[in-house]
Amino acid sequence: MSRLLRFLPLLVLATFVVAVAWRLSRPADEEIRSQLIGQPVPAFALAPALPGRPSLASSDLTSGQPRMINVFASWCVPCIAEAPLLMELKRQGVAIDAVAVRDRPEDVAAFLSRHGDPFDRIGADPESKVQLALGSSGVPESFIVDGRGIIRYQHMGPIEPDDLPVIMREWEAAK
Amino acid sequence: MKRFALALTMVLAVPAFADSDLPAARWANQQLPDARQEAQAKALMEELRCLVCQGQSIADSDAELAGDMRALVRQRIAAGERPEQVRSWLVERYGNWVSYRPPVEPVTWPLWLAPILLLLAGAWLLRKRLVRRRG
Repeated sequence: MSRLLRFLPLLVLATFVVAVAWRLSRPADEEIRSQLIGQPVPAFALAPALPGRPSLASSDLTSGQPRMINVFASWCVPCIAEAPLLMELKRQGVAIDAVAVRDRPEDVAAFLSRHGDPFDRIGADPESKVQLALGSSGVPESFIVDGRGIIRYQHMGPIEPDDLPVIMREWEAAK
Repeated sequence: MKRFALALTMVLAVPAFADSDLPAARWANQQLPDARQEAQAKALMEELRCLVCQGQSIADSDAELAGDMRALVRQRIAAGERPEQVRSWLVERYGNWVSYRPPVEPVTWPLWLAPILLLLAGAWLLRKRLVRRRG
């Protein structure tokens, strides 16, 4: 018994080293996904982010057709990288609305004229309230909502060319 | 000289933080007028995890989203919600991850049991030592 016990500290150390090495070799997924997938979009009604452009409310998301909500901001650098891909999604028939987080109308207008404007409706979310209500933890993020207003898919971070097939598949599935 | 220049660039480098130009939300850094509500809100903020800088509570974090979460907590508590209602509203959206107070459920049993087991193991070791001395 005591002879076995003598090796216990070594065993504990070995377990610790193996655990640390394993975690270093495959870092933990730090993305905090929204828990609302499969659930209705929370009720909200935003003011327009741009004067003269339609705003976004949760009631716009139960039109019978799926829609994509892009959570973005003019001050968000990865959103610039994502912009051409949103244009491509629009070209492929994806209907996209936007939530502009902590933004000013003039900044949103400048961003859209510079990087393209794929959005039908843009709501202003100056205190990140709708972002928090959606369970989104950063910009950019995109949600696919089906025609009954159920959230079907969340994409975290900028959309990259490799993500298009997955997004188009989720889009078709939401129809 | 080259090394100095390199060191200088490192000192001057700033992380590419993406922050908006908008001022903080009204209740992000301003206390509620009702001291009891403010105390409730503050206690809850210390137990909610910042979504951006994931090791910090929203009470400690300077991130803009943490400020907006503090504003959300204060507004909801000022509107009469209980702290546990606000916490569960956030847990519904972000999972138990967002709360620093883990619920007692099968997956967290080891977490709650470990201190008890370690104390028992310590007591056992101590007892063995004491008994040996006496002998």
